[in-house]
Amino acid sequence: MSSIKGSRRRGIALHLPLIIGTLISAFPFYWAVIMSTHSSSEIFSYPPKLLPGTHFLENVRNLFDAIDFFGSMWNSLLVATSVTFLVLLFDSLAAFVFAKFEFPGKNVLFGLLMVIFMVPAQLSVIPQFVVMAKIGWIGSMTALIVPAAANAFGIFWMRQYMKTAIHDELLDASRLDGANFLRQYWHVALPVVRPGLAFLGIFTFMGQWNDFAWPLIALTNPNNVTLQVALSQLNGTHGTTDYGIVMTGALLALIPLLIVFAIGAKQIIGDLAKGAVRG
Amino acid sequence: MAVLEHTPPAVAQPSPTQPKKGWRKYWHLYAAISPFYLIFLGFGLFPVGFSFYLSFHRWDGLGSMEWAGLSQYQYLLSDSDFWNSIGNTLIIWALATFPMILLAMVTAVMLNSAVRLKGLYRVAYFLPNVTSVVAIAIVFGSIFSTNAGMVNAVLNAVGIDQVAWLNTPWGIKITIAALMTWQWTGYNAIIFLAGLQTIPSELYEAARVDGAGPIQTFFRITLPLLRPTLLFVLVVSTVTGLQSFSEPQVLLQTSSNDSTFAGGPGHSGQTMVLYFFQQTFDNNDFGYGAAVAWGIFLVVVLFSIINWRLVQRRGE
Repeated sequence: MSSIKGSRRRGIALHLPLIIGTLISAFPFYWAVIMSTHSSSEIFSYPPKLLPGTHFLENVRNLFDAIDFFGSMWNSLLVATSVTFLVLLFDSLAAFVFAKFEFPGKNVLFGLLMVIFMVPAQLSVIPQFVVMAKIGWIGSMTALIVPAAANAFGIFWMRQYMKTAIHDELLDASRLDGANFLRQYWHVALPVVRPGLAFLGIFTFMGQWNDFAWPLIALTNPNNVTLQVALSQLNGTHGTTDYGIVMTGALLALIPLLIVFAIGAKQIIGDLAKGAVRG
Repeated sequence: MAVLEHTPPAVAQPSPTQPKKGWRKYWHLYAAISPFYLIFLGFGLFPVGFSFYLSFHRWDGLGSMEWAGLSQYQYLLSDSDFWNSIGNTLIIWALATFPMILLAMVTAVMLNSAVRLKGLYRVAYFLPNVTSVVAIAIVFGSIFSTNAGMVNAVLNAVGIDQVAWLNTPWGIKITIAALMTWQWTGYNAIIFLAGLQTIPSELYEAARVDGAGPIQTFFRITLPLLRPTLLFVLVVSTVTGLQSFSEPQVLLQTSSNDSTFAGGPGHSGQTMVLYFFQQTFDNNDFGYGAAVAWGIFLVVVLFSIINWRLVQRRGE
């Protein structure tokens, strides 16, 4: 039997590094909060400020003057929610079909899905840009929403989920009751896989909220961009721009993400781990 | 369980209604998957084919296309800027990935033996992965700032000269790698933790009975059994790490005058994808951009295979 003293020492040896790791994970967030409360001249003073200052509201006001913060935030919200809705709909439909039905060409179509999954994004950037320019979508949010709605990862993931979660007996029973395909999808499949949908939805939303490379290219009008692009424009000229504004913008852009994460943290972390072990 | 109603009957039976044939029997299934495949056709499959076609042409995106044969690829092979970007990407990837995997594994092992606060730690460690790369790159830019940054303040406090992190070749690479390590360590720790939890505890008990120490246990039991998870982590971080774009773009766009995709002074933070964007959208060289994209694709595939082989072979 180990002594109480020994186990306490073991506890400290274990928790001390874990707490240090937590602090390192959290520090940049803390730093962003602190910097957003200082004026630019205070930020460039030495030694660096570690405690909150008094310029937060002033920074916020300047930020709203410098960029159309709410306009670009609205754009980001519009894109992220539309894509999330479309991905959940299209992916769950396709996943249901691939998980529970047999039909000619199924293997070929699913194989195609695997191939898409491995093709890197850069390969389609130029043609996508050209196609969008031809049909006049460049500069509008449609250019961000439509291509993102075809998400191969989501189909993989939902298919795996549905294979185990939806029991065939349940489907057979609903069929005997005369339920057609749509009823089976809506009343039998979807309720069972709600946790899986939540994971995919949160993940998609966060991915879209953070997307940067494609919006940077596709949104050619600097007055009509997503929040990430607007932020990077602020940062672009920081030799002359107020650093306090930039940090305030970075901080405010994180808040919606942190809210979504707070809502779905358990789901995300649990399901992410499950997916990795299964894969 | 088999899907009963779709297995054809062994003996043809007279059915009460006319049996549906071909697509009429399956049309609802095709309809259900069609939205995905239609979008994919227009914005996934066609673009890949078109970019292949484009890589054999000269095109500025406006005028007419000009057949160029293999010349884009020939130029790519001798393009020192492209090779420089490959070197940068690989160095940054290595600087980020190896510390990240080591730290993630150590963290996962500790989390696995921690009884209390496990849930809290997991959320805290995952938090960096939830951030917007743009926002956090701005924050890191200020933490690594030469004159007012936290890192240089700490270095000064312990008597080390400050480093111009975002103005020197190695400083740039280390800063980008630090950002990536910070962002992905917790994510991978949670994945390793899930892998650890599938290892039966009897194995550890048996090892303890045989008198194995913690280090021996780790190398003889934990590491070999964690190999599938390690493979997953390594392949995912190779595919994502070799395509890094936002981190260097946001961190370095300020310190260069020639292009927002230049990757800092001396192009020392210009990754492959940054170079692709520079060639395509700054120089309007769509044909060469397409060739660069295929070059990147090859490098990523090559390195994924190498990683796979290394991990598969180890411990055989």
